[in-house]
Amino acid sequence: MLKETPSQTAGPYVHIGCTPCSAGLTGVYPADPGASITADAPGVRIRIEGKIFDGANAPLRDALIELWQPDGQSNAGIWLRKSTDLKTGVYQFDTVKPAARSGPPYVCLWIVARGINLGLHTRMYFPDEENGPDPLLKQAGPRRDTLIATRPDAEEDERDTGFPVYRFDIRLQGERETVFLDI
Amino acid sequence: MNRNALSPRDYDWQPKPLTPDYRSSILRSPQQALLRIEGPSPELDGPVFESDTIGPLDSDLIRNYAAANGSDTDAIGPRIIVHGRVLDENNRPVPNTLVEVWQANAGGRYRHVNEGYLAPLDPNFGGCGRCITGDSGEYRFLTVQPGAYPFPNGPNTWRPAHIHFSVFGQAFAQRLITQMYFEGDPLIARCSIANAMTDPAALASLVGVLDMSASVPMDCLAYRFDIILRGRGSTPFENRLEGN
Ligand SMILES: [Fe+2]
Repeated sequence: MLKETPSQTAGPYVHIGCTPCSAGLTGVYPADPGASITADAPGVRIRIEGKIFDGANAPLRDALIELWQPDGQSNAGIWLRKSTDLKTGVYQFDTVKPAARSGPPYVCLWIVARGINLGLHTRMYFPDEENGPDPLLKQAGPRRDTLIATRPDAEEDERDTGFPVYRFDIRLQGERETVFLDI
Repeated sequence: MNRNALSPRDYDWQPKPLTPDYRSSILRSPQQALLRIEGPSPELDGPVFESDTIGPLDSDLIRNYAAANGSDTDAIGPRIIVHGRVLDENNRPVPNTLVEVWQANAGGRYRHVNEGYLAPLDPNFGGCGRCITGDSGEYRFLTVQPGAYPFPNGPNTWRPAHIHFSVFGQAFAQRLITQMYFEGDPLIARCSIANAMTDPAALASLVGVLDMSASVPMDCLAYRFDIILRGRGSTPFENRLEGN
């Protein structure tokens, strides 16, 4: 058997290779890969947004986050990629609510950044679904809430954007460290 | 669709999350154990990229930025080919997968809004490239050799010349970002990031080797760097999670 190539940090300038168009390297590629869903992706439009916090509770402003999920009818996979905002640290995915699988719906996430030696897998569940029986959430025990989004401003969001906005903050360390996965 | 689980990752071979000599890892390394997922999971599938989305110059970093900006002038620096194959741990080629690279210019300067190094930008060098692997998992870039650069880690810490690689494979759980170093660079041994792995063989596998057989006489040298992604194990799952 061969050995897997070791991972190395994506460094602070991951944008050059992964989101060049939104990082000022315009014209080389027509668009950043995974910048948006196709207009005909079936499902209910939603937004997922949040920040990624380090152990000093500071948001990462140089991270890259990728999303992998089924569309609203489980016809096809949706892959999206965003960098966290260089000033605020906010990431934002405009997507559709994933179809439920055998259990409650969720999206898969993968995070890389300066200081992260090996990319981090996690999942985000929805607060308005029947999450009780999900085996991963059960396994997460007292840390299960770190995997479930919130809707702090549900009414405001619907008024401002016309669709649900789910807030999902990721914590790399500390008392509320997000559950990361070995798949 | 049947998707076998991936072979378990060797976390002793991979860099540990916390490597204090690399200062940025101190506040950004998870402290809790990873939660192991057994059985079918959507991460055993992943996005598929069509080769027709890749432009003809995308893998030519000497020309792609200049051409996009209406310049006929090549990027400055030692011309090199960087090539290799993407394989899995079972020595099977990984065809049709997206490989993305990014790097500093020949002076060690990145084209990035947060970059402050005093080496100048090259007006004809952007620093990004991509390609899709062929039937044997092969990839190939034409670029200039990047320069070493200092980074704020210790009082006088330098990154060895390197090219950042992002590879997808066929499963989201195979996703990999890494860096290729250059054979013979004395800065490799001094770099806390390169030495994040404890096994010297792990670091050795990140060093691109001079490959005269792929060089082009009177044109460019070549470096070879094979990338190994996690392999599939022998347990098949009925994966009903993604339709593609
Ligand atoms: Fe770098």
